Amino acid sequence: MSAVLFMLITGLAYPLLTTLVANLLFPYQAQGSLIERNGEIVGSELIGQQFTEPSYFHPRPSATLTTDGTKPDPYNAAFSPGSNLGPTNKALISEVRMRAEAYREENGLPSDAKVPVDAVTASGSGLDPDISVANADLQARQVAEERGIQEGEVRRLIEEYTEGRQLGLLGESRVNVLELNLALDEISE
Amino acid sequence: MPLEILQIAVVLVVLTVLAVPTGAYIANIFTGERHLLPERLTYRLLGVDPEEEMNWKRYSVALVLASGAAMFLGYVLLRLQSFLPLNPLGLPPQDPDQAFNSAASFDTTTNWQSYAGEISLSYFNQMAFVTFLQVFAPATGLAAFAALTHGLARSGFDGLGNFWVDLTRIIFRLSLPLAFVLALVFVWQGEPQTLSPSAVAHTLQGGTQEIARGPVASLSSIKHLGNNGGGFFNMNSAHPYENPTPLVDALQKVAMLLFTASVTYAFGTMISRRKQGWVFFVVFMILLVGSVTLVYSAERYGNPLLTQAGAEQALTANQSGGSMEGKEVRFGVAQSSLFTSVTTATQTGSVNNMHDSLTPLGGLGALVNMQLNAVFGGEGVGFISLITYAILAVFIVGLMVGRSPEFLQKKIEAKEVTLVVISLLLYPASILGFAGLAIVWPGALDSLANPGAHGFSEILYAYTSGTENNGSAFAGLSADTPFFNTTIGFAILIGRYLTLVPLLAVAGSLAAKRSIPETAGTFSTATPLYGATLIGVIVIVGGLTYFPAWALGAIVEHLQMLAGKTF
Repeated sequence: MSAVLFMLITGLAYPLLTTLVANLLFPYQAQGSLIERNGEIVGSELIGQQFTEPSYFHPRPSATLTTDGTKPDPYNAAFSPGSNLGPTNKALISEVRMRAEAYREENGLPSDAKVPVDAVTASGSGLDPDISVANADLQARQVAEERGIQEGEVRRLIEEYTEGRQLGLLGESRVNVLELNLALDEISE
Repeated sequence: MPLEILQIAVVLVVLTVLAVPTGAYIANIFTGERHLLPERLTYRLLGVDPEEEMNWKRYSVALVLASGAAMFLGYVLLRLQSFLPLNPLGLPPQDPDQAFNSAASFDTTTNWQSYAGEISLSYFNQMAFVTFLQVFAPATGLAAFAALTHGLARSGFDGLGNFWVDLTRIIFRLSLPLAFVLALVFVWQGEPQTLSPSAVAHTLQGGTQEIARGPVASLSSIKHLGNNGGGFFNMNSAHPYENPTPLVDALQKVAMLLFTASVTYAFGTMISRRKQGWVFFVVFMILLVGSVTLVYSAERYGNPLLTQAGAEQALTANQSGGSMEGKEVRFGVAQSSLFTSVTTATQTGSVNNMHDSLTPLGGLGALVNMQLNAVFGGEGVGFISLITYAILAVFIVGLMVGRSPEFLQKKIEAKEVTLVVISLLLYPASILGFAGLAIVWPGALDSLANPGAHGFSEILYAYTSGTENNGSAFAGLSADTPFFNTTIGFAILIGRYLTLVPLLAVAGSLAAKRSIPETAGTFSTATPLYGATLIGVIVIVGGLTYFPAWALGAIVEHLQMLAGKTF
């Protein structure tokens, strides 16, 4: 029957052929852009990771849950819900307030300072690997202090790992948190 | 801000440029005489005579039966998932009500997903169920466009073409080649395409992270080209593996618009009236630009409640600012707003940001796009929807000046107008009817994630998305309940088939009529005046139908947000 025929062509032949060719041409990306250090996989270039220690740059808040959907599990890359909180929802506003206070404390900011919006809002995917440059800049001093390195050195690294708009126009400037933290670990060794 | 507007404009300009050669190619597919070898083999296997002409009844029956068979096959594949290969996580099959909903959904290009891809579907089903229907279903919509166009182009002859030829040619000559090339571009930019199981990473802070992946790119390309929208992952095109870079994001938007915009040019070519095609294209584009402006302004202005809570939403050199809940940093406010507009306008339904977290007016823009169903719309069927409005518009104009209405030199009589109105009324009947039912149905409101006006919007959005075959959602709504799975499933089928078949009947009726010669008194539909009239009809009909619902949801919430109220 037509359904079966087209299913075999479009649902199996086409994706399988694509898989074959993709792995021949772009094996690194086809497998997920996985980053290795000392022989083991430490994460993916594209997927965010949770960082809470003061010596690391912190990523955006993540609303992902455990795979059975019961408890919060930030940066769970096996299951990806967003918060889906509406703009007038009390829960959202109080979350943002709490996150803003925590951020100010972690980074030594005055209590009435405004915090970059990406630092206090959850990303859509829960796996956003990037933060804004403004966010990274505000965290630089704290990270430098914790690690005992020059703040200028840290800022230099931020600049190195800032990705600008693609083709000079598309998207936004962003800093990949995992790559930045990996680089920090390397110079601290 | 200029850079933000520029990057939005660039996408639309690139699309306009590509629409011409693509449209010419599509016209050629439907008018060319030669049958290619794989196509001839297919006709042989299916037992079909490619030279046979079908009238509107036969065409409709072939379309509905083929789609029905595909839907049934999809349902079976979902229910038998545990017995099928390539299931590294050993995922069980979906429940019957969810499988019905998913099968109906993918069979109609809706791609409403009450399931989360990476924890619900095996790799086999992401390919054999999702990717298959994502190629097949939009092709049936484009075939319907071909039938309608043949009907309008022909005179005194009631054949509309051959459904099997149209379907096969679309798949072999258009969908598969383009999807294949685009998929490889996506892989190059970072989308995975593998059959290996999830990767396990040891994070820098000493934890483990299980990273889901799979044959993503091949799904991702046709997902947008076919205005399907169903994502490999739960978070769809917000997920970095399904939309890794701003370039991919821009290409996905162009892909969503490409076929559905190109058909206006193809139409103009096939009926030998290029200007008519351009008038329709410009009408679509004006409505799209209007909606992008609304969504972008709302998201750029942001959410004053967030500022009160301590967030900085200003646009600076170092941050995109705006309302960032549910959005990704690499896209910022501009590309997210454009994506939201395009995906709802083209009834695709993929998302690069969480619509439930949009500002009230941003969410309203998304909702209106879907409800008007005339802002490019879905592949093939969006154009058919515009023709529906176009016939209504000439009818209204005819009433106003006291002449018998005609469209493209064919007389529009009571039969055509009745069918057009039936088709147009079915959408709000389903959307508003089911939404009303959900509000009073015991237990249904437990599925809401947000209280108050925003919760109402979640329900309204769900039935709008289902009926208009969009598939995006205010995803806070827990739609995997028997009530929602069943009602949304029916809304999906009503919105696709019950609105399509009357228009095929109109095409058949018009095809059989003789062309009337043009005179000085003919109201030409290939003029800016007609274009403006058409826009007016679309906006007024849409507004009159849905304004009360907008008022109860988005507009109230916007006013409350400005007044500083939370729920």
